[in-house]
Amino acid sequence: MAVLAFRGTPKQERELRKFIRKHKDQPGAMMPVLQEAQGIYGYLPREVQEIIAQEMNVPLSQVFGVATFYSQFTLTPKGEHTVSVCLGTACYVKGADKILAAIEDRLGIKAGECTPDGFFSIDSCRCLGACGLAPVMTVDGEVYGKCTPESAVKIIDSYYEEV
Amino acid sequence: MTMTYEKLMQIKEKNRELVMVRRLVASKAEEMAKHTAYRKQILVCGGTGCTSSGSHKVCDALEKEIKAKGLTDVLIVKTGCFGLCALGPVVIVYPEGAFYSQTTPEGAKRIIDEHIIKGSICKDLLYPETVHEDGEILPLSQTNFYAKQMRIALRNCGVIDPENIEEYIALDGYAALHKVLTSMTQDQVIDVMLASGLRGRGGAGFPTGRKWAFCKATKSDIKYVCCNADEGDPGAFMDRSILEGDPHAVLEAMAIAGYTIGASQGYVYVRAEYPIAVERLKIAIKQAREYGLLGKDIFGTGFNFDIEIRLGAGAFVCGEETALMTSIEGKRGEPRPRPPFPAVEGLFKKPTVLNNVETYANVAQIIRKGAEWYSSIGTETSKGTKVFALGGKITNVGLVEVPMGTTLREIIEEIGGGIPNGKKFKAAQTGGPSGGCIPSVHIDTPIDYESLQRIGSMMGSGGLIIMDEDTCMVDIAKFYLEFTCEESCGKCSPCRIGTKRLLHMLDDITKGTATMEELDKIEELAAHMKVSCLCALGQTASNPVVSTLRYFREEYVEHIVDKRCAAKKCKDLLHYVIDPEKCKGCTLCSRNCPVGAISGKVKEPHHIDKNVCIKCGLCKQNCKFGAVYMD
Repeated sequence: MAVLAFRGTPKQERELRKFIRKHKDQPGAMMPVLQEAQGIYGYLPREVQEIIAQEMNVPLSQVFGVATFYSQFTLTPKGEHTVSVCLGTACYVKGADKILAAIEDRLGIKAGECTPDGFFSIDSCRCLGACGLAPVMTVDGEVYGKCTPESAVKIIDSYYEEV
Repeated sequence: MTMTYEKLMQIKEKNRELVMVRRLVASKAEEMAKHTAYRKQILVCGGTGCTSSGSHKVCDALEKEIKAKGLTDVLIVKTGCFGLCALGPVVIVYPEGAFYSQTTPEGAKRIIDEHIIKGSICKDLLYPETVHEDGEILPLSQTNFYAKQMRIALRNCGVIDPENIEEYIALDGYAALHKVLTSMTQDQVIDVMLASGLRGRGGAGFPTGRKWAFCKATKSDIKYVCCNADEGDPGAFMDRSILEGDPHAVLEAMAIAGYTIGASQGYVYVRAEYPIAVERLKIAIKQAREYGLLGKDIFGTGFNFDIEIRLGAGAFVCGEETALMTSIEGKRGEPRPRPPFPAVEGLFKKPTVLNNVETYANVAQIIRKGAEWYSSIGTETSKGTKVFALGGKITNVGLVEVPMGTTLREIIEEIGGGIPNGKKFKAAQTGGPSGGCIPSVHIDTPIDYESLQRIGSMMGSGGLIIMDEDTCMVDIAKFYLEFTCEESCGKCSPCRIGTKRLLHMLDDITKGTATMEELDKIEELAAHMKVSCLCALGQTASNPVVSTLRYFREEYVEHIVDKRCAAKKCKDLLHYVIDPEKCKGCTLCSRNCPVGAISGKVKEPHHIDKNVCIKCGLCKQNCKFGAVYMD
């Protein structure tokens, strides 16, 4: 997958630096800072990690270490829309693997990847806690419960129809 | 504002009747409702389950309709989880206690028009179990799902508005904190907790009172109280539901813990995957500060205590106590060796008490009602109740709270309503990736910490996944190993390499490329990991394999020797077969087969040579008679 060029704006950088300066002295500020940075940029490319390392006065390796430890942080950009299939136990027992396979098949990419046009990316996640509706998937945070491979593909297609 | 006992009682009295309408039997509730400003109260579940099935749309529709009809004596309350998540969105109308399930915006309009305005309950929209054959409406407490439950940790969930502190106070909220601060010494609190027999609900079951006593005994200028809300077990949502439905119960208990050990700062470490829970917690903390129940000089006693939220970022290992604290410190969430235990050296190297959400949810009630009351519930060694997230192949998926000692059979057959589609019960899984499977021979085991351990599983945090005969136990073991392998933090090699090796061997078994020798190797490696891994993640990672191997060994053998998966889950062991009854001999499959594996004469049943077949599936796709299937 081709790496997209970093397209951060000065406004985003000001926002991030302001947040860090406000919080850097509170104990354990690294996680909230990374969460805020991902909220601003959508992901944590090297350029953003460098800003954080500089402002917090820590080595870049430390920022990178934390950013790569947690699955919530991503170093690559996501698609315009993100579909996330829950692979928690309750969903798995009810066939979540088949749903993920159907979506991967439909979009021609694997979980963790983004379509070449940058429109859709697929994630898998571990339990949204909506086990009563298993199997579950979300598109941009909108929850779709009691999915079947067929209904999941239909939901994906509906996003293309909107364009 | 500074909170005083008088003010607390005033708030309680002001809201008491309004909230009690939701807790009484219909006849008494109707009487009570006359004393309030509202003729009807409509409770809408705002938990994650119901929100995901569209309860916000139902809520909007109700509000719109009420406004359109100009009803001023009808109150809408957005609550936490009622428990019956599979039937969401759930709506309850009080004082009748009419329980509407799977409500739609159109249904909401009918509830207002027919029930609220004309006074006739929409019986066809009610949860069918609450409608008796003769048309009488039963209270929720008499349905199979609720009758055997006992709600302590969940007592306010689905009853109060979690975004309104006054409703929590109306049901004796913060009375326990007042009692502790004004009339109990630190040691007296510890004595009550010890006598109650409350044990950690996160899974390990360490006595809460002893944990607090250790931390109190450590001398330090600064101490911390932490709440573990990093509910990582996939398939468990007890803690989330408590935070969404009754966040103040957790805050009050943390303040009590703070007083007991001598801490003035608390942290709640909560999963970022739970946005509704995080939002409600934020609101609850803000309101508690405004009411003087968090902050400086609480109840004028000179006791200071405040709470901050820290969001997790998706790492299962952070449910382990030392890893959780390392994560709050802003580092990679890796565990460290114990001792020193957190009670001596925890967060920021200071003595720390860490308890799980559900544990905290019991604390205030133990203080108010006494240790004797609490210890009268449950079994000899496990007191009180336990909340389970009931999921998988079960009719009533949802949240249940039962006294310790309830049998698995009662939970599955009575509360859970049995296995759907006439399938047979095969196994229940407790304890998630750290736990094990309970086969049907042990279905009458009373659930408590010790008896679950004896049969090779564990209490865990409360995920209870039911599996039917369509579930392949090797595949389930592999599923959990994939999880722990991915979530292993990599700090210690027994876990990092051990989980990977176990997974490889399981993978070979599901592909039919393993030998019987592998089973011995699995058991040997599992035994090593149990003693040599740094933290509980690695020490327990082999449990799903070991317990399935213990009870379902013949399934493993079947995979290895016969290369067969009876549940038809392991794809590599399945073969395409043509049903001679359905095959018309049209030759379409054999003409399309890229490797020439299909033979047969025109108008005669065809046959697939499984030694040649590459399982591309073209034959199944092309067959117009549905004669090709996998076996």
